[in-house]
Amino acid sequence: MVAKTLYDKLWDAHLVHESDDGSALIYIDRHIVHEVTSPQAFEGLRMAGRKPWRVDSILATPDHNVPTTQKERAYGVSGIQDPVSLIQVQTLDDNCDEFGILEFKINDDRQGIVHVIGPETGACLPGMTVVCGDSHTATNGALGALAHGIGTSEVEHVMATQCLVAKKMKNMLIKVDGKLGLGVTPKDVVLAIIAKIGTAGGTGYAVEFGGQVFRDMSMEGRMTVCNMAIEAGARAGMVAVDQTTIDYVKGRPYAPKGELWEKAVASWRELVSDEGAHFDAVVEIDGSQIKPQVSWGTSPEMVVSVEDVVPDPANETDPVKRKDMIRALEYMGLKANQPITSIHVDRVFIGSCTNSRIEDIRAAAQVVKGKKKAASVKEAIVVPGSGAVKAQAEAEGLHEIFIEAGLEWREPGCSMCLAMNADKLGAGEHCASTSNRNFEGRQGYGGRTHLVSPAMAAAAAIAGHFVDVRTFN
Amino acid sequence: MKSFTLLDGLVAPMDRANVDTDMIIPKQFLKSIKRTGFGKNLFDELRYLDEGKPDQSCEGRPLNMEFPLNFPRYQGASILLARENFGCGSSREHAPWALDDYGFRSVIAPSFADIFFNNCFKNGLLPIVLDEKIVDQLFQEMYANEGYHLTIDLAEQKVTTPGGESFSFEIDAFRKHCLLNGLDDIGLTLEHADKIRAYEARRREEAPWLFDAVK
Repeated sequence: MVAKTLYDKLWDAHLVHESDDGSALIYIDRHIVHEVTSPQAFEGLRMAGRKPWRVDSILATPDHNVPTTQKERAYGVSGIQDPVSLIQVQTLDDNCDEFGILEFKINDDRQGIVHVIGPETGACLPGMTVVCGDSHTATNGALGALAHGIGTSEVEHVMATQCLVAKKMKNMLIKVDGKLGLGVTPKDVVLAIIAKIGTAGGTGYAVEFGGQVFRDMSMEGRMTVCNMAIEAGARAGMVAVDQTTIDYVKGRPYAPKGELWEKAVASWRELVSDEGAHFDAVVEIDGSQIKPQVSWGTSPEMVVSVEDVVPDPANETDPVKRKDMIRALEYMGLKANQPITSIHVDRVFIGSCTNSRIEDIRAAAQVVKGKKKAASVKEAIVVPGSGAVKAQAEAEGLHEIFIEAGLEWREPGCSMCLAMNADKLGAGEHCASTSNRNFEGRQGYGGRTHLVSPAMAAAAAIAGHFVDVRTFN
Repeated sequence: MKSFTLLDGLVAPMDRANVDTDMIIPKQFLKSIKRTGFGKNLFDELRYLDEGKPDQSCEGRPLNMEFPLNFPRYQGASILLARENFGCGSSREHAPWALDDYGFRSVIAPSFADIFFNNCFKNGLLPIVLDEKIVDQLFQEMYANEGYHLTIDLAEQKVTTPGGESFSFEIDAFRKHCLLNGLDDIGLTLEHADKIRAYEARRREEAPWLFDAVK
């Protein structure tokens, strides 16, 4: 038997057809749908008179456009103030009703960010292929699943055929061994990986995250890491199944039960790379050397540790990169060689599909407990990833800790990660953000994003500037 | 889908690396529920000096005259010359829709992000990967010659400069076939409907929990 990687196994188990040129049809087990990338796909189905191939494989929820203030949410879809956002959310409701698709509607307790509710409800399981019209779908790879972000034409294609036209990617292993230092989180690990391999380092690869650091990591943490695989260029990131995975899945609403559960677990235990399996590329990182990270530029690879200074373009030898650095510094309003801790923040955003799970909310609450937000910080919002995360946090009293500290506690949604709703940065404002992209204008026209962990964002909210959370108290 | 066979087009530059899809089409325009009309907001934050709003006419908005696509010499361009990792970030297909709606039929770069690259083929837009040195050469020739055209022959897999120099590029046979003939992926996949059903029947035996309905 040829030794296989986890990705090889997932690919082989879903292969329906392969052509001579290597293009293949792979079967899709779960399709998650949201309001932004689906309307044109539904329209396509209607125009061609097609119906979803397996309608009960699809789960929908609105997340990108939904308002996060209680005031706007109280009235459901009709309460959305932005008329264009309202149309898009309403269109999702109408399409799901027309095609008979299960949707967690705006004020359903189960509503939330697509990549949070998939694993949380057990709709996404180990060994599945999962797609969604959103590049952060790789989050589900933490379960030992093959999860792809796809475009809208592919959303329509998967709905109509239950298959995706794909070509097998190459295998990459990113191995992080050692033990993480205190205050160093999964977000810091993935930012350090992106800093090392670059935003195109994983292009063309399916990435498996392996090594002691991931074995020790919680499922929430693995999701944070897999979530940002795309920021390293990889469409899919994944972690092998172990007891942590199985314990996480057990008892979730859509997880198998009884005899079926035992059968499923037995098959999931196979979802690891075989000894001696071939990886086309291997990257090794010493986890004990990773420090809390802060991005300084306009690409996720423009990131350094909180102990560092803003890099100097004069030291960059590649002329294209140097030009990009100069442009990034200008956009960010930063000077080369200024300490990261000298960067003041105007707003703080704790949330997004990267960092809005219960563990993230707990980490942020722990830092702000008994403290007050700096007066210079205009706004600090905490946006739970789903109704379930919100309920759990409130049951633990975390919302009161935030409110007491002067932070805002919001309703679930994508919020300021991409600012399609009312939560956004003003021009020139610096934001400590737990999201995944620091592109120009991403969080608002002219806004300046610094990617950090929830604990680092919380500490910046209190201090008013970046501080090293390891020594912050 | 429209077909792509032979293109002789004016070339315009996007001379920076890691151009992300947020830059190609900013999020506020993703609220549209249509596939068309994104061209006027292509590279919105670079093209205009003010903040663009959805459903707004762009006539009369202040143009950033330092942005090449606003230069008179690049008006009517149908080939975009770009740098490495073009189209990174969000999976939004609005990015190729915006490029197509603006009038681009092809993007040439040393490398592309995976999802964007894939999305192009679904929309009759041809992404071409050429060696970094060749792309550099094309940038120099384009800057030096106003009205610089390239000819792209998909059947022959060749890009030809006005000087007659040709560069060949790679493309999957299946994608090439679909582009040349303007074929719809869904129709082609449904030709394999029996195979999909056979797969499902087998898989249902092996792993029945995968077929539990979400409800």
